[in-house]
Amino acid sequence: MGEKTIKDAKERWENSTLKNFVAKAPERQKEFATVSQNPVSTLYTPLNFEEKDYLKKLGFPGEYPFTRGIYPNMYRGRLWTMRQYAGFGTAEQSNQRFKYLLDQGQTGLSVAFDLPTQVGYDSDHPLAEGEVGKVGVAIDSLADMEILFEGIPLDKVSTSMTINAPAAILLSMYIAVAEKQGVPRSELRGTIQNDILKEYIARGTYIFPPKPSMRLVVDTLSFCAREMPKWNPISISGYHIREAGADAVQEVAFTLADAIEYCKAAQQAGMDIDQFAPQLSFFFAAHNDLFEEVAKFRAARRLWAKIMKEKFQAQDPRSMMLRFHTQTGGSTLTAQQLDNNVVRVAIQALAAVLGGTQSLHTNSRDEALGLPTEKSVQIALRTQQIIAYESGVTNTVDPLGGSYYLEHLTDQIEKRAQEYLERIESMGSMVEAIELGYIQREIQASAYKYQKSIESGERIIVGLNRFKTEEESPQEILKVDPRLRELQIKRIQEVKQKRDNEKVNVILKKIEDVAPTGENLVPYFIEAVKTYATLGEITGALRKVFGEYQQQVIF
Amino acid sequence: MEKGKVRILIAKVGLDGHDRGAKYIAQALRDKGYEVIYTGIRQTPEDVVKAAIQEDVQFVGLSLLSGAHNQLFPKVAQLLKEKGAEDIVVFGGGVIPADDIPFLKSQGIKEIFPPGTTIDEVVDFIEKTLKDAAH
Repeated sequence: MGEKTIKDAKERWENSTLKNFVAKAPERQKEFATVSQNPVSTLYTPLNFEEKDYLKKLGFPGEYPFTRGIYPNMYRGRLWTMRQYAGFGTAEQSNQRFKYLLDQGQTGLSVAFDLPTQVGYDSDHPLAEGEVGKVGVAIDSLADMEILFEGIPLDKVSTSMTINAPAAILLSMYIAVAEKQGVPRSELRGTIQNDILKEYIARGTYIFPPKPSMRLVVDTLSFCAREMPKWNPISISGYHIREAGADAVQEVAFTLADAIEYCKAAQQAGMDIDQFAPQLSFFFAAHNDLFEEVAKFRAARRLWAKIMKEKFQAQDPRSMMLRFHTQTGGSTLTAQQLDNNVVRVAIQALAAVLGGTQSLHTNSRDEALGLPTEKSVQIALRTQQIIAYESGVTNTVDPLGGSYYLEHLTDQIEKRAQEYLERIESMGSMVEAIELGYIQREIQASAYKYQKSIESGERIIVGLNRFKTEEESPQEILKVDPRLRELQIKRIQEVKQKRDNEKVNVILKKIEDVAPTGENLVPYFIEAVKTYATLGEITGALRKVFGEYQQQVIF
Repeated sequence: MEKGKVRILIAKVGLDGHDRGAKYIAQALRDKGYEVIYTGIRQTPEDVVKAAIQEDVQFVGLSLLSGAHNQLFPKVAQLLKEKGAEDIVVFGGGVIPADDIPFLKSQGIKEIFPPGTTIDEVVDFIEKTLKDAAH
């Protein structure tokens, strides 16, 4: 052929072979792009990733910059934790579902709480009307938590709890239940989400204004660093940011911006970066654009390692490791042709595994309609097991690494996320960027554009705007009994009758007194939950001191 | 009636913070030329009715993804009636199983838009409702 370089050869190929071919058979689109607007070329070659960059950009798994994975041999040693998010109705019902999932081979628990619990209201609060037990289990006091984990040995399972504003209080309840089982807190393994910043921008279950909320986060970071070495005191979450409409680049950027903010706050409170950073964990979404998603996880890992090393001068390599949980994308599911969702979830779960996740929740096919049935949850879990045991992708580390296309996308996502981080820094901080409404507007613009592209037909969603079929509505949908609130209210009344109310009042008063000081609140929460003070009473004491956050409506 | 004169309140009742859909509908209806007010999240039925009357809207669009629609949607319709504002048309959307739609309609919710609804379907509904009311 006579060409000296790949570049020459590629130019020739473009100008002859490709050009002639496309002249006869035009391409489907004028331009191609990923779902997050990363332009995609016809072909990627060594020009997009050169071997000389290997050591700097990729390195080796288990070593800085961790692009290829945080462990040296990844899934050859241990598979990811299969962790299905579950919980609904009463503590008894959720306890049964947990036992069912453990029987089915699930390896960790993930607790969904109902919305009143998430915003710190007891089931008898007027705003709890209609919501008790709906999107998760209702927890009003330690009495509910004892039932929730009845017969589940807390020294054997790891438990993730999706709880944010009142995270420290629910953690206190978990500690109290474990103590009753004879399990010391230092042995407990699990996670509280405890990521309040994304609540202001995407998820909405905030209670207090940002400043006291950040203090509660720092209190738990410091408490866990001291007393719970195996616990993840925070799961910094891009998932909800993505589900709110952000694209993959924004998901990485805004999550890491939140993480930077927590690190700064902990440092300001006097903690050393390597004291708490190894306990930080992350949570991302997995959507349909397979290569972009794999690239996203790798880019997030590399970028975080750099931030920790260069910006925060971390010394401990564990501080630089981005450990993350993944959930498949709820917003990508369609209410039409439900079985198609099984396929979407499989692609997304594969992306998470190829991206090196530490744990995974796979959504169920019927979640666009309501809570999943037991059968749907089983298919979702089986999807993970098929990837783990049949697909072969677990046999080597980062199997897509070195794909010219993947490496190009990884670079692109890292670069664009880095630009966002610089913009946020120029605004002062992530809290300021949120208060300015900048983050919310960016997410909303992406969400709006995405939905428009579906409605215009420019983006095809199978079964929704193309390949439609007439279908009957599905018969089996899990429903929560609306009378459940009455049951919960009765239980609160019983608890309040049985407990020592004098002791409750003393500790609630104590919390009010300590809240304005800088003292760590977690030990007081533990004391309070043990008196069977309710979640609503404890957050009530804090509301008096901290006030409540008023949402700024941006649209 | 001109679109610009038609006022619509988009409201999030209940405690769920999933407002991607509500915001999309609000923005898309505004882009179609309607006057749209969005309440933000965590509104009680009382808050919504108060805002609807104060803002003098013809339509209230409720969004809810937590499953509390059977309790909270009818309450909005009922409170509007109690306030003598039953001429305000209530519609809803979110994660709402098909089985629940007949009940919600019987409680005064004029239309339910399940996941997958396009903005044109909502606009058609609004225009048809306005046309029917004019006759």
